[in-house]
Amino acid sequence: MTLRNPPIAEALPPVFEERTPRTGLAALILGNLSTSIGLFVLFLLLLIAIFAPWLGTVDPLAIDPTLRTRPPSADHFFGTDKLGRDLWSRVLFGTRVSLIVGFAVAVAATLLGVLLGMVSGYVRVLDGLLMRAMDAVMSIPSILLAIALVALTRPSVLNVIIAITVAEIPRVARLVRSVVLSLRDLPYVEAGVVSGSSSAKILRRHILPNAIAPIIVQATYICASAMIIEATLSFIGAGTPASIPSWGNIMAEGKALWQVKPMIVLIPAAFLSVTVLAVNMVGDGLRDALDSRLVKDV
Amino acid sequence: MSLLDVRNLQTHFRTRGGVNRAVEGVSFHVDAGETLAIVGESGCGKSVTSMSIMRLLPENAARSAGEILLNGRNLLDLSEAQMRDVRGNEIGMIFQEPMTSLNPVLTVGAQVKETVALHQSIPSADVHDRALRMLELVGIPDAARRMTEYPHQLSGGMRQRIMIALALVCQPKLLIADEPTTALDVTIQAQILELLRDIQREQGTSIILITHDLGVVAEATDRTVVMYAGRKIEEAPTATLLAAPRHPYTQGLLAAVPRLGGDGSGRLAEIPGQVPDMRKPMTGCAFANRCAQATDFCRAHAPALERKAPGHIAACHLAEPEILA
Amino acid sequence: MLKLAFKRILMTVPVMFLVALLVFSLLYLAPGDPAVVFAGDQATPEQIEMTRQRMGLDQPFVQRFGTWLLNLAQGDLGTSLISNVPVAKLIGQRLEPTLSLTLLTLVWSALVAIPLAILAAWKRGSLIDRGVMLLGVAGFSIPIFVLAYILSYVFALELRWLPVQGYKPLSDGLWPWFRSLIMPAAALGAGYVALISRIGRTALVEIMQQDYIRTAKSKGANPRIVLFRHALKNAAVPISTVIGLGVGLLIGGAVVTETVFALPGVGRLTADAILRRDYPVIQGVVLLFSFSYMLINLAVDLLYPIFDPRIRY
Repeated sequence: MTLRNPPIAEALPPVFEERTPRTGLAALILGNLSTSIGLFVLFLLLLIAIFAPWLGTVDPLAIDPTLRTRPPSADHFFGTDKLGRDLWSRVLFGTRVSLIVGFAVAVAATLLGVLLGMVSGYVRVLDGLLMRAMDAVMSIPSILLAIALVALTRPSVLNVIIAITVAEIPRVARLVRSVVLSLRDLPYVEAGVVSGSSSAKILRRHILPNAIAPIIVQATYICASAMIIEATLSFIGAGTPASIPSWGNIMAEGKALWQVKPMIVLIPAAFLSVTVLAVNMVGDGLRDALDSRLVKDV
Repeated sequence: MSLLDVRNLQTHFRTRGGVNRAVEGVSFHVDAGETLAIVGESGCGKSVTSMSIMRLLPENAARSAGEILLNGRNLLDLSEAQMRDVRGNEIGMIFQEPMTSLNPVLTVGAQVKETVALHQSIPSADVHDRALRMLELVGIPDAARRMTEYPHQLSGGMRQRIMIALALVCQPKLLIADEPTTALDVTIQAQILELLRDIQREQGTSIILITHDLGVVAEATDRTVVMYAGRKIEEAPTATLLAAPRHPYTQGLLAAVPRLGGDGSGRLAEIPGQVPDMRKPMTGCAFANRCAQATDFCRAHAPALERKAPGHIAACHLAEPEILA
Repeated sequence: MLKLAFKRILMTVPVMFLVALLVFSLLYLAPGDPAVVFAGDQATPEQIEMTRQRMGLDQPFVQRFGTWLLNLAQGDLGTSLISNVPVAKLIGQRLEPTLSLTLLTLVWSALVAIPLAILAAWKRGSLIDRGVMLLGVAGFSIPIFVLAYILSYVFALELRWLPVQGYKPLSDGLWPWFRSLIMPAAALGAGYVALISRIGRTALVEIMQQDYIRTAKSKGANPRIVLFRHALKNAAVPISTVIGLGVGLLIGGAVVTETVFALPGVGRLTADAILRRDYPVIQGVVLLFSFSYMLINLAVDLLYPIFDPRIRY
């Protein structure tokens, strides 16, 4: 120890007033408010879709000519349509179609898009051809492509799903391809190549894990877009068959009575918009969460 | 009176992990016509100090306290509009990245002229002449033609000359150069440093040269401030500092410089350990965890700056002051 | 320069060929036998066979595609199965409402969206910014026909300010024409505005963090100069790109909008053709829309060098 009396620095006052950082639940909720709301709404809709038969509904296809276009009442919460069918039941059962189509298209388009994107990004011989094909598909506006595909088939929910999936695949394929291209030259991927791993193994072990976050975000947006396209197809009469109640169908049938009973259109419209909004909010929340993970503190 | 007098500057950032005390009580001054070096590792607060002087840090996340006196006027008290009159006019600034610091969609002439037009109400023909003369001064060959070109058509060294031109065209009294040569080739580095020296001689500009390169410090500066973990830990005339550093950190930095004709082992000395987290409260000397000679006293009490020799101050309990007659 | 631009134009030819092939083979890609679908469920095997011959489905694929391409090159898009009118003529008759609707929508959307993007980026993190972003999500989430009905409910049924449906050609005068398009253009443009303002804001926010913006500030430029002189010109490329890509939304949306507001345009023609399974019409319309979409985006590409001197073809 020194013998002299060395000068000691004084601590300086804080420039910012100290604020205890938010922790726990508060941080979680405030940090991801829109994601939480979106997830909550989607959960609610999932429950509605599963338990539709037990939520005070009747057969959504049951026609009652004596009860046509009735206003809302205790028996018919949302009233009845022009054939006397209970609107509440039809709207609740319609939830099923939207959720199934949205989810199925998101999963199918993502899986196929990942496959095509990886092949394109990794097998150089096929890249040019595949990407020109994707360009061609993307040159056709997706609603138009789906319309053209469905128009040629018998209306069914499966055909609607297939048609929308075809239109959405290029979005995922291009995204995955760009991630593969940006990653394939990184040292750890190159190391895998040098050490003799097979291409399939490198893709699975190294590239897929890095691509997964943006793919999930893209999948939520595809889910939202699929719900809108399904409703649009049904609305112009080229989508879900009339025998299955879907929000688009209900609106299509309400079209004729629009000037007299606007509620028949507006109620399913509200359900559809809220559902798509919820999916988009989840997507935005996920994207922000992923973005901020990449941005370091100053 | 000094041209610039920074007193007890603190600049803190609000981050998710708490308040980052990036600059914590730094004082220094710059005299007219002088070149001051601020050195330290990346993250030591040297760039934050310069951005604090210019008040260019994001207002919602960063805040400064203390005093920054330019000709006796505290820049921290100025309104944003008054501060804009200072930037580019009384203080010019050049940055490390000449490739990205110029706007890619505007011609270099337009970018140099803009500085003039922002600060002087003179006819546009005069603005043009001023810009042209400045470009010639910084050594742009065929300057009239170059003015109509875009940054991507120029080399890195040329772009840095353009940066110098647009920072100095209003003849500011102070130039802050933040790592101006780091991104350049060695030969270009020397040319740029020489250019800065020439302009300084001609216009009497004071320069703050921020760098981590002690070679640049030795070549181009009068006096040196060493920063560590947001604090000034040593200051001396450059020659003195390089010859007889008092702080163990400065000694470590100097030992890390490869020398021609060294012992041939080819190994650079490294300073082991890491810079402390400046979001955490600090007790004792900030360098203690990396200092080979640190004692329990060092770890318990932060050293204040102390005069160790004439014109030479350092913050270290272990560096004994020279006994002065 | 011109030579390179020409090369860029030539590059789209293979993609156009692929689009043509795709549109043509949709008939084969779709599950089920198109002849059966077209003839209807009650058709006898003879009727189905007749339909097959009429649609040319009995000929080999390559031969049919070749003939179709040759006709296409001469401007012959085939003949409607329902009305026996040439598809090109059908489309020609319906072009005015669709062009009016899409152009009007494009103009108002860009005029609204770009200032919104600038405002949001300028006041980043403020209530205005959040409002614009929220508007963006909402714009993506409300299907065009839903918005169309809401507008129609408020402004036509309740307030009676605007006609519920119908189109007035330009020859009837500018004001009636404009009045008949206000609601359709508003409904069609909402998602487009959302897209442009959102992408524009993101681009501007990113640009505002660039080194050259710091340089501009260090020269003493005020926020207005920084934003309008230094940032906006750099955002021109991403903004014009998204305006071009967003035309896809307008084209798809036109089909729906024209149906809701009973506008006699190409979109309505498409919807009708789908319901009647009038295949040549569907093919022709899809091809026309896709080619226009490609050419618009090609034109945007060719504009890039004006905004950004670093881009050369």
